[in-house]
Amino acid sequence: MSWFRKPKQKLSGGERRDLPSDVFDKCPRCGEILYRARLEQNMFVCPACAFHNRISAEEYIRLFIDDEYDEHSGDLRSGDPLDFVDLKPYPQRLEAAERKAGGGDAVRAVSGDLDGIPVCLAVMDFEFIGGSMGSVVGEKIARLARHSLAERRPLIIVSASGGARMMEGILSLMQMAKTSVALAQLHEAGIPYISVLTDPTTGGVTASYAMLGDVNIAEPEALIGFAGPRVIEQTIKQELPEGFQRSEFLLEHGMIDFIVDRRELKFEVARVLRHMLGLPAPVEQANGNGAA
Amino acid sequence: MSLQHEDAGYLSRLEDQIRQLRDVAAQHGLDVEDEVRLLEDKAARLREESYHNLSAVERVQMARHPKRPFTLDYIDRAFTDFVELHGDRSFRNDDAIVCGWARIEGRSVMVMGHQKGRDMKENLRRNFGMPHPEGYRKSLRLMQQAEKFGHPIITLIDTPGAYPGLGAEERGQAEAIARNLREMARLRVPVIAVVIGEGGSGGALALGVADRVLMLENSVYSVISPEGCAAILWKTAGAKDKAAEALKLTATDLAALNVIDDIVPEPMGGAHTDWDATAGALRVALLRHLAELDAVSPDERRQQRWRKFEAMGEWVEA
Ligand SMILES: [Zn+2]
Repeated sequence: MSWFRKPKQKLSGGERRDLPSDVFDKCPRCGEILYRARLEQNMFVCPACAFHNRISAEEYIRLFIDDEYDEHSGDLRSGDPLDFVDLKPYPQRLEAAERKAGGGDAVRAVSGDLDGIPVCLAVMDFEFIGGSMGSVVGEKIARLARHSLAERRPLIIVSASGGARMMEGILSLMQMAKTSVALAQLHEAGIPYISVLTDPTTGGVTASYAMLGDVNIAEPEALIGFAGPRVIEQTIKQELPEGFQRSEFLLEHGMIDFIVDRRELKFEVARVLRHMLGLPAPVEQANGNGAA
Repeated sequence: MSLQHEDAGYLSRLEDQIRQLRDVAAQHGLDVEDEVRLLEDKAARLREESYHNLSAVERVQMARHPKRPFTLDYIDRAFTDFVELHGDRSFRNDDAIVCGWARIEGRSVMVMGHQKGRDMKENLRRNFGMPHPEGYRKSLRLMQQAEKFGHPIITLIDTPGAYPGLGAEERGQAEAIARNLREMARLRVPVIAVVIGEGGSGGALALGVADRVLMLENSVYSVISPEGCAAILWKTAGAKDKAAEALKLTATDLAALNVIDDIVPEPMGGAHTDWDATAGALRVALLRHLAELDAVSPDERRQQRWRKFEAMGEWVEA
């Protein structure tokens, strides 16, 4: 699976012998050898050190949605508005991305129930040209936000993006405006919007919908920023401090509301939504802290 | 590109010819006025053609020309009664963006824009027109002040981009830009944005969610600089000419992509050759668009603004 950073080359000779890579993985941070099925059960969070491996859009949809969901705008495909050719033509890059990550461009848009609450959910896919925002990403998110508005369903967007889709030039930039226009309408209608920021969320996505949640939630240690770390280092000509632009740094500087372990993510989102919507506390919480 | 360079060579040979002809005529007391006029007409035509056929990278150079008028130069010429207002009420004043009340044809408007410096000292103060979050927060504070009092907003865009630095990240550059985008979408007063020089990515768009978006003829507006794009996609900064062409960042390109609503003409040779004439053309364009926007109700105007941005982009339904 492409979402997992392949750590196999780091295994020592002794370990390599008896570790079929499709059954075991090694934690990229603590080095713990993990049984794949156990890791999957744990939402790809290392049971030993809580390192959050990147997961696919499909995994996030399964994480949030109770059972069945409807896919929205699944048939939208990028055009090539600029006839863009760098070292290869943009359509070739799109084909390669589709083979690698599927035909949904860099975002999936669905609706379904989250802890019994009807919601709209968009999840970005970093595997598709670095989660870059082109016309299709902007259009899918704007349409989903309009569906949220029409159905008065809360909107949740899980972001993971390197920023703009350069091959769509100015039209890529305008998707920031387009999505913000859609969120302005949700905002005025009093419909909850939760932004979930995952590793990495930078550039135009951060500077539009990812930072506009009524509540902004980040996974631990995710890289989150406007400019990428390399651009900043080149600009200020010094190395960046440890932990700069990580979730914990953003929490400290007041940019996000809280950090949550992926294993608690759905529960925490449900809790916040239930407050906003005037619904009773989620079941686990009511049982755990039963007032009676 | 190559064609224009040939044109430029031809033009300078033509100018040499005219000079030589005049010298020879003067030495020998000959009347060559008709011939000279013919050649000069031809030279003027060539000059105009090569100006109108600037390559994308030449437009980028024009847009960044150090003698080009900046925001305050336009405020001086196209507006009167300017009162600059400072500060985001939270951290500091950012001189990379200037804002304030001004009048156009006697009518009060909130005018604001990125401000570059004329020399190194001023550029240090203005950070080369690259705002920090507090610059955007100041601009939003004053847009909302214009909203409160029911006056139009005019923004002038001229920035290489929002500043990518430590303090900017700490104080939420992304959040400041994002909030401007959403809050500009919500305004009920008329909003006109004009790209006067460099429209550098999100740092430009943060003043650009407007009812009408105009570009001066030699300004550029792009998701990334040609240099940055070349370094990432071509893996060499040397490809910046190619990147500039590929990005489609000139005013005519953006008009064709339906991203901008109008192009403001510059004098022959560019805005830097005649500040007064350029500011005059800007003023005429602003008055025309303001009059058109006045004819629409606030709700309808906002709906039209939303529809405009909602339509941007290109996709196919498979
Ligand atoms: Zn671990």
